[in-house]
Amino acid sequence: MTKLDAKIPEGSLAEKWTKYRSSVPLVNPANKRSLEIVIVGSGLAGASAAASLAELGYKVKVFCFQDSPRRAHSIAAQGGINAAKNYQNDGDSVFRLFYDTIKGGDYRAREANVHRLAEVSGNIIDQCVAQGVPFAREYGGLLSNRSFGGTQVQRTFYAAGQTGQQLLLGAYSALQRQVGMGNVELFARHEMLDVVMVDGKARGIIARDLVSGKLERHFGHAVLLCTGGYGNVFYLSTNAMGSNVTAAWKAHKKGAFFANPCYTQIHPTCIPVSGDHQSKLTLMSESLRNDGRIWVPKKQNDTRKAIDIPEEERDYYLERRYPAFGNLVPRDIASRAAKERCDAGYGVGASKMAVYLDFAAAIIRYGKGEANKRNLHNPSDEEIQAMGKEVVKEKYGNLFDMYKQITGENPYELPMRIYPAVHYTMGGLWVDYNLMTTIPGLYALGEANFSDHGANRLGASALMQGLADGYFVIPYTIGNYLASEIRTPAMSTDSEPFVAAEKEVRGQLEKLMNIKGTKPVDYFHKKLGLIMWNKCGMARNEKGLKEAIAEIQALQKEFWSNVRIPGELDNLNPELEKAARVADFLELGELMCIDALNRNESCGGHFREEFQTEDGEALRDDENFAYVAAWENKGDGKFELHKEELKYENIKIAQRSYK
Amino acid sequence: MEGHLNLTLKIWRQKNANVAGKFETYQVSGISTDMSFLEMIDVLNNRLIEEGDDPIAFDHDCREGICGMCSMYINGRPHGPNRGVTTCQLHMRSFQDGETITVEPWRASAFPVIKDLVVNRSAFDRIIAAGGFVSVNTGNAQDANNLPIPKEDADDAFAAAACIGCGACVAACKNASAMLFTSAKISQLALLPQGKVEAAKRAEAMVAQMDEEGFGACSNTGACEAECPKGISLENIARMNREFFSATFSSK
Repeated sequence: MTKLDAKIPEGSLAEKWTKYRSSVPLVNPANKRSLEIVIVGSGLAGASAAASLAELGYKVKVFCFQDSPRRAHSIAAQGGINAAKNYQNDGDSVFRLFYDTIKGGDYRAREANVHRLAEVSGNIIDQCVAQGVPFAREYGGLLSNRSFGGTQVQRTFYAAGQTGQQLLLGAYSALQRQVGMGNVELFARHEMLDVVMVDGKARGIIARDLVSGKLERHFGHAVLLCTGGYGNVFYLSTNAMGSNVTAAWKAHKKGAFFANPCYTQIHPTCIPVSGDHQSKLTLMSESLRNDGRIWVPKKQNDTRKAIDIPEEERDYYLERRYPAFGNLVPRDIASRAAKERCDAGYGVGASKMAVYLDFAAAIIRYGKGEANKRNLHNPSDEEIQAMGKEVVKEKYGNLFDMYKQITGENPYELPMRIYPAVHYTMGGLWVDYNLMTTIPGLYALGEANFSDHGANRLGASALMQGLADGYFVIPYTIGNYLASEIRTPAMSTDSEPFVAAEKEVRGQLEKLMNIKGTKPVDYFHKKLGLIMWNKCGMARNEKGLKEAIAEIQALQKEFWSNVRIPGELDNLNPELEKAARVADFLELGELMCIDALNRNESCGGHFREEFQTEDGEALRDDENFAYVAAWENKGDGKFELHKEELKYENIKIAQRSYK
Repeated sequence: MEGHLNLTLKIWRQKNANVAGKFETYQVSGISTDMSFLEMIDVLNNRLIEEGDDPIAFDHDCREGICGMCSMYINGRPHGPNRGVTTCQLHMRSFQDGETITVEPWRASAFPVIKDLVVNRSAFDRIIAAGGFVSVNTGNAQDANNLPIPKEDADDAFAAAACIGCGACVAACKNASAMLFTSAKISQLALLPQGKVEAAKRAEAMVAQMDEEGFGACSNTGACEAECPKGISLENIARMNREFFSATFSSK
């Protein structure tokens, strides 16, 4: 076992980043022009990195599998983005955002990275506003804020329920500006299928043009993976259909360690599964918990309609169990609490695997508020309802519409039915303070890395991290590496390492095409998803994880002998794309279970049933598990564990309490 | 609510851009009314694969109505019969048992067919690259609240910025015009002080690129607005024309 060096700068926590920025080696403008950077993925992290690095003068190539960089799944983020602006004068500060993030992550994130994230959070809002991102505003013209889970201040900036869309379109605009200026070359409908290694450094990628099916070789002095998370290992998740782990997994197989793969976030408020046909799950933003109250009937197997259940027979279980934070407890806690109620027989809806998210009280509260504003004395109930619904519509209209589209029910009249679903993955490629993986020259940004959220991510922090990494971290940290690469000329892609890497990728694709089995890719993906959900989902135990590992190994064998991929290699072939991704998910799923089995404690999104307090809360073991588990791929399904010890010098580590 | 449908599907099949396409007819049965339209295609595709046929290629990704990737022309309307929804948010409860449903790709010369229902919309990216941005480099911004913006302006800008770039406006238009798409971005940025500075130049550059891509002219029919899944308003086209004409009158 090697010791992992996170390369955290010396000095006090609050000064590390400032000192680092002032002392990091620089690359002069003339040299930047001859340094090439390959960026894979065009979401918040990828687009912001590409725009910022191109602005600095580097030659950038951007790859995305979608037909346009604007489609990356950051687009779907709903609720908001955190920043320690303290515009509300409610006691926020860089330290408090840092503290909330470390605590929310159940003390399993790296202090220095998280503090840096909190430091640059304010710059992100400034940058986005300058780009023309239309954040929500108050009547005075200043920016509006709301609250998210795990915090007691209002630091979340938002654009209705479409914050990710607006932020991504801002970054995409900045990226397209550089494309127009010729500083970025764009490769849409391209998928990275391997990293090219030269003398132990990442020097490019092999990508498949998804339209022609041709394999292409691309050189880069550095390669940035901004490829998002791996939640689709569960088949059903809130991720886009194309979201995948392939780029990260290929890097992992080439030597990049994969950290904390078992840390997955199950989001508490999603639209429940309606049948076997279901292809994805849809999130209902956490912002709804600002105003929605979560409840189940006090009586088991209550079959009455929600509106027929009187107030005193309702159990607002989050408010009951966690009075200090109420409905705004962190996601892992809210999800487990919903599962606990449903497992105990209090669930609602046809499947009984759902709880209510109810806006009736908020509608009345807002309606009365509006009546006051408009000087209406003694408004009728109907007037209050109408005005209250208007306010709710302005805040959450698109979410309510989406709910109605999917379920056929009107959430302005009936409470929503929700249930937890896989949403985000805190684990990812291990990176040091520079965001570099264990492969020199290979970086991971955004959800693709592991670094900032520990064992549980707080709401509205993913957008913050993606943009922090891309706009404000990598432009500095990459200089630390590239300053020593100015004498490296661009390599010919006809050289041996590129030729060999392409040959390996081709061999893998041909192998898949030649299986000619009987079952479509979805068959295997659904099976894998079910194993993961049942045995490595919201609750895990030793027995289940051991079973899951054996089941996944058997499924891998079945996949490689019986998958059927129609069509050709040299044509648009979505089934081939899916097959290559599922092949990687099958390997990752096994590692997730291995990691979950190794971590004999409960923390954040990782809940081992054997390790809980008397009242069912996660029970950490700081003595033995205050480390990052970084796994090295040894080939043939073998993994070796490396540990990065987590030191808390600025925060007193304690049992997380939201009571 | 749960019901099951038997349907006849007439779907456009085209191997690639260089060969002619044609409609193929498929029968599907036992389709749950809770399925989305794309999930119904998934069911058909998995059957085609098991039967040894080539599945239908179609664009899709987020399946929650925001990425703008899905693009089917269903029974003569982009994204199908319902107003204000993308194909992924169209559910089978909007159809009747026994119905015949016709599915085509977007039809526009600026959106060439790649395969089956998949078209190339990269022209939109090039229109944005021509001017759909504020020219501000990372790190140059002042404090966000130093620039108060009237709520109405911010709300109008947001309404224009809600465009998902799916191309339904082009598909709906008899001239295959991209005016609604282009004007939405021009409007969003012209409404905000940050974008006002280069509003005229932006309008000129984006309109020139739009023309170069081969999109048609606008004849004010309003089909784009009616079919837009995000309710992007025709007012944006008026705003764009204002910016464009002020640019052309003032330049040289």
